[in-house]
Order: sequence, then C-alpha cells, then structure tokens
Amino acid sequence: MISELEMEKAESELELGLGLSLGGGTAAKIGKPGGGGAWGESGRLLTAKDFPSVGSKRAADSASHAGASPPRSSSQVVGWPPIGSHRMNSLASKSAREEEGEAGKKKVKDDETKDVNKKVQVGFIKVNIDGVAIGRKVDLNAHSSYENLAQTLEDMFFRGNPGTIGLTGQFTKPLRLLDGSSEFVLTYEDKEGDWMLVGDVPWRMFITSVKRLRVMKTSEANGLAARHQESNERQRK
Amino acid sequence: MNYFPDEVIEHIFDFIASHKDRNSISLVSKSWHKIERCSRKRVFIGNCYAINPERLIQRFPSLRSLTLKGKPHFADFNLVPHEWGGFVHPWIVALAKARVGLEELRLKRMVVSDESLELLSRSFSSFKSLVLVSCEGFTTDGLASVAANCRHLRELDLQENEIDDHRGQWLNCFPESSTALTSLNFSCLKGETNLAALERLVARSPNLESLKVNRAVPLDALTRLMSCAPQLVDLGVGSYENEPDQESFMKLMAAIKKCTELRSLSGFSEVAPLCLTAFYPICQNLTSLNLSYAAEIQGNHLISYFELQELRVFPSDLHDEEDNDTAVTEIGLVAISAGCPKLHSILYFCKQMTNAALITVAKNCPNFIRFRLCILEPNKPDHTTSQSLDEGFGAIVQACKGLRRLSVSGLLTDKVFLYIGMYAEQLEMLSIAFAGDTDKGMLYVLNGCKKMRKLEIRDSPFGNAALLADVDKYRTMRSLWMSSCEVTLGGCKRLARNAPWLNVEIINENENNDVMERNEEDEREKVDRLYLYRTVVGARKDAPPCVTIL
Repeated sequence: MISELEMEKAESELELGLGLSLGGGTAAKIGKPGGGGAWGESGRLLTAKDFPSVGSKRAADSASHAGASPPRSSSQVVGWPPIGSHRMNSLASKSAREEEGEAGKKKVKDDETKDVNKKVQVGFIKVNIDGVAIGRKVDLNAHSSYENLAQTLEDMFFRGNPGTIGLTGQFTKPLRLLDGSSEFVLTYEDKEGDWMLVGDVPWRMFITSVKRLRVMKTSEANGLAARHQESNERQRK
Repeated sequence: MNYFPDEVIEHIFDFIASHKDRNSISLVSKSWHKIERCSRKRVFIGNCYAINPERLIQRFPSLRSLTLKGKPHFADFNLVPHEWGGFVHPWIVALAKARVGLEELRLKRMVVSDESLELLSRSFSSFKSLVLVSCEGFTTDGLASVAANCRHLRELDLQENEIDDHRGQWLNCFPESSTALTSLNFSCLKGETNLAALERLVARSPNLESLKVNRAVPLDALTRLMSCAPQLVDLGVGSYENEPDQESFMKLMAAIKKCTELRSLSGFSEVAPLCLTAFYPICQNLTSLNLSYAAEIQGNHLISYFELQELRVFPSDLHDEEDNDTAVTEIGLVAISAGCPKLHSILYFCKQMTNAALITVAKNCPNFIRFRLCILEPNKPDHTTSQSLDEGFGAIVQACKGLRRLSVSGLLTDKVFLYIGMYAEQLEMLSIAFAGDTDKGMLYVLNGCKKMRKLEIRDSPFGNAALLADVDKYRTMRSLWMSSCEVTLGGCKRLARNAPWLNVEIINENENNDVMERNEEDEREKVDRLYLYRTVVGARKDAPPCVTIL
C-alpha cells in the first residue's frame, strides 16, 4: 500500500509520475486513498480516478496560455516582474510560439538532441484505436498528465460527435485506458520505433519520446512482443 | 586663488570632469561660480522638470553635452501613463534658438519626435553623439535625418527605445563621406535592416568600437561584420533561434577569434545553445555580459569569467511552475560571485533565494556598486528556512561599503530597512517592492541613507507618517515614487503645502481626475501613484489630465 508520507511527498512534487510498480517500487506514486487502486502483487496501473485534480487544473492553466496571455502567478500584478516591456514582449511571444507548437519544423531536429529537462514542442500526434479505420489526432501540449490524456482519448472515441465515421455506438462502456482491467490498453510508438505500454515513465519523459498512440485491444496486448509485427502491418493501412 | 587670472583658473577647472565636483566648485565663491559656469561643457539633468531649458542656457552658455532624463524608472514597467510627459522638443527648440554649440545629447525615458530629430540634425553643425535610452515617439525617418545631416556623427546609440520602424533605408542615409563612426547601436529596431548598407558603413568606419545589431541581422551577416571590424570592443548580437550549420558555425568562430579587443557582449534574445558556445573562447576577456537567455546559464558556464564586472541575467521563462531543473536559483548567484571577483554590477532574476546564499555572495563580492535582485514571486521567503531575507540583504549592505544602487525582493520585514539605513552609506538609489511592515521601514531609510537620491517604492505598507516625517529630506533627493502604498491624498496635500519647492504629482488614470474638487472625505483616500521631485521652476505646464500637481 502507498504510505501517507509517500503520498504527501509525491503531491508536493510538481512531477506526477506513474509507475508500473511491482511491490512498491521507486516511481513517485500519487493518489488519494480510496481511489480503489489496490496494489496487487502483479502491480497495476493506477486508474484515472486515483489521480488528484492537480492534473486537470494544470491543463486548464496551460490551455489559457495558448493565447499568449501574460505569465501567471508572479505576474498577475501590474508591472511585475520588473522587466522592461521590450523584453517582456519577446518573452511572451517566445512562450506563445512554444505553446502553439509553431516550432513544428524544429520538432524533427529536436527529437535527437532534446534531453528530458528541456521544453519539448511535440504538438499533435496520431491516435488509432483498434477496430476503427480512421484515426484521430491529439495535442500533447494541451495535456499535463496521463490522466488528462486518457480522458481526452475517452472523450474522443467513446463520446465522439454523432456523424463521426465509425465511432458512435461502437463502445458501450468507458474505455478506462489506464486501468489494466479494461478492454483496451494504451500503447505508443517511441522515437526508436518500438511499441511501448503507456505509463511506465514520468509524463515529461513520455512526451519527449512518443511519436504516435494506439489504443489496443487487451487481447492483442497480451502477446505484445509476438504481435508487434502484426500490429505494425495494421497500422500501415 | 584670487590672484590667478580667470583663464588659469578655468584651465584648472578643465581637469575636473565630474558633475558633482563641478557643482561643488561653483559654490565656493561668486567668481568661481562664474568661471565654472562659463566654462562648463557637460551638464547632467537627472530630472527634466527640475529646471527649464532657458535657465540652463543662461547659466551654461558654453554647453556642448547635455544629458536629460524624463519619466520615472517605473515607467519601464508600465506604471506610468503613456502621456505623462518628458518631451524633449522644447529643449531642442531652445538650444537651437540660442545657437548653443551642442555636440552631444543623451536622453533617457523621454518622448522624442521625428520633428525633434530633424530639428536637432539641422541646428547643430558639430553634433557628434546621440544616445537614446528607453525613449519613444519617433520613427526610422527621424534616424534618417540624423544620419543624413549630422556630418560629424560619431555615435548613434539606441537602447531599448520604442521606434516605429518604417523599414526605410535610414542606414543608406549615412553619406559615403561618413567615416567617423565609433558607436552604432540599433538593437531595438524591429524591422529588417539593409544589410548591404550596414556592411558598407561598417567597412568604412575604421574607428568603430561598438556595434549592436538588431534581431533581423542574420548570423552570416554578423560574421561578415565582425570580420571587417576586428577592432570591436563592444558587440551586440541579434537573435539566432536555429542552430547554425557546420560551415556557418566555423566561420563565426573564426571571426570571433579575430576580435581580440572584445570586452562586452550583449543581445542573445533568443540564441540557440550552439551559437552561444561559439562565443566562449573570447568570454575570458569579457568585462560585461548581458544574457537574456538565462536558461542556458546555470552558474557553470560563468564560473570562469574572471574579468567580468557587469552581469545581467533575465528569466527566459516566466511560467514558474515548470522546468525546475533549468530555473535560475541562488546556486547560480553564488557560483557567479565565487568565480567573478571583479563583479561590481549585477541584475539577477531568479525563482528563489536563501539568506545563506546572500551571505556567501556578500563575502565573495564586497565590491558591488549595484546589486539588483529580483525574486520572481513577491514575498517569497528563504526557501530552505521559510524566513524573511532580511539577514541576507543585511549582509550585502554591510559588506558592500560602496553600494550605490540596490533592489530588494522576496519576503522582507522592517528589519531589512534598519540594516539598509545603518550600513548603506553610499546608497543613492533604492527600489522596494512588496516589502516592509510599518512606516518605520521607510523612516529607517530616509533617516539613515544620507546620499539617497532616488527612492522608488511599490506595494509596501508605508504611509503618511513616513512621507511627512522629514520634508526637508526631499531637498537632498531627486525624486520619490510611491505606488500602491498607504499614503493618502490628505497626506500628499499636506506635503505639497509644506514644501512649495516640490512638485507633488498624483497619477490617477482611471477616474475623473478633478482631484481638488473632491470633498473632505476623500482626503483619506489612498493615492494610487505618487511621484514627487524637487524643482526650481514650479509646476510643469505639460502635465496630462491623469496627472494632478498638488
């Protein structure tokens, strides 16, 4: 079980990390108790319900920045921080560009040279779900955690707009992508071309290495290595 | 000294350049006053509303160089209305009319128009040097007239001005015969530059020591410019977001290596890390570094800058919730202080600070003249002890006996002002924001700092008691700014009554500003922005409606 101390420590850290932990593990664990995420011996991913609301707050904040509005917290005050308007303008336009993912052309070059700690201009990536021919695109910049992302994907595929090809009525229950018990599991292709299970690494590290997402049927995922070829072929359709 | 003919005394005075000293000389006797004023070439006016041009010219008929400052410092942070004042035009008109042989004009935070620049360029045939800092109101057309008409122009230095860039050909307006340039700075221009004209100009200016280009000058052009001006001492680079290719990089490095006289580097508003490394070889010699791309600097890069005297580190990212690993912290400041023993001026923006770090910095660098620390979050305490930063700043003022300028930030009580009043004997300018507990704080400073000239305070709990305690103190100061503090209209009115030699300005942008017609109740209303300054020419006539002079 997650100890109170570990939870408090984790909550005070800005990084939310998920871990597939076998018997406790070292990854920072978050979660309010009672979320129902009992840690079994085999270890399982936390469910979306376990995560505190910090994730969604941050998503909201980062969404509000998309319009290059002034930086927050220390700068709600007029004329603070005391940086000349010249410099402020270049700072604001710089962060606006970063958020809009305008540096898309830098993306490819940057993939090789980026390290975890730098800000990454990832932007939109493809998402495919097994059983549906047409994929979607999701903006990773607009998300701040796995929970966020899972929610968006759920909204996209489960609560898709009527009239969207092939998506409505397809699924009758929540996808619960991050919950090992669901019908589906979320995977991604990384920079090296490998298909990985989403959730092992901290979110920041994840977004620097993800190239595309795939919502895979759990039955497929069980033989992940063996099925790798097959799923690759499907993707190429 | 009375037995010497005037010419001899005048000759002796020629060796005395400092404004303070010359001001002192002029107080010795009537005859010295006369000799001094008739021979005075350079005049510095820290507040353009303290005097008027007619009286200036009357007193100093041989004037050659004039420095004028207009808006208060906090205008840089949008705290002063656009139309507040600080117009240079009347000065240029008066100087032209009196046929003053003006050679040099330096303006800071003034409103300059193209008309003013045109008049300037046509009125003073020996004009050599124009320096505009944080000014506004003009366009590149005004620059074109200066370039075209000032035959002897040596210096055109434009720092952080708001210039309307008409993308004209102002650089082309320098005549081919113009070869005397020693300093050219157009870093604040936003538009494209005529690179060919720039390169030709630099090529025919063998005395060019200072060159600061704008963002639009690409890397290859910069490389070429440096190659034809290896004598450069002061270089300002543009913005280079994209990593250069191998060949460009090598060429850049080669050009930089040739600039053996380079001592000062600035610009870098957005510089790809690889570009920055190209400058490392010459950084050993640098005395001044102005780095806006702070994310790259974590102290490590700066540890070996032995000659460094001035440093500015700005935040690269104002979103404070991210990038803990690249945030600028106290660690960087300590490393800088340890590695740069000659450092005397620093402006440092950071996310957090500790008393221990400041104490260490004070020990390492007792030579600070200017120490400006800005912790981005207001009221932030020492992040390891959760205490105020009184002790840290106290250590700074105690160790740095020559400190002339100080900006404080973070969580601070009245105690820090007690320290400042006690130890900061040479302090001339103090900037306070979100600090202090009671009027005592401000009083410690007013009573203790005998050399205080400019005091600017925002969002701090100082009120009428502090403001009114020693009215005569303001005779010895240039100005006082207080915004979002506790002073009331009544307090300000009382001050104005007791000190007719002060202009007490109330700035209030939002409401109907007929302050004087309000009833008694409003005397208790807090004043949003107060700016007061000593003057010998009474209330100015060019104040906009949002400014009331009591």
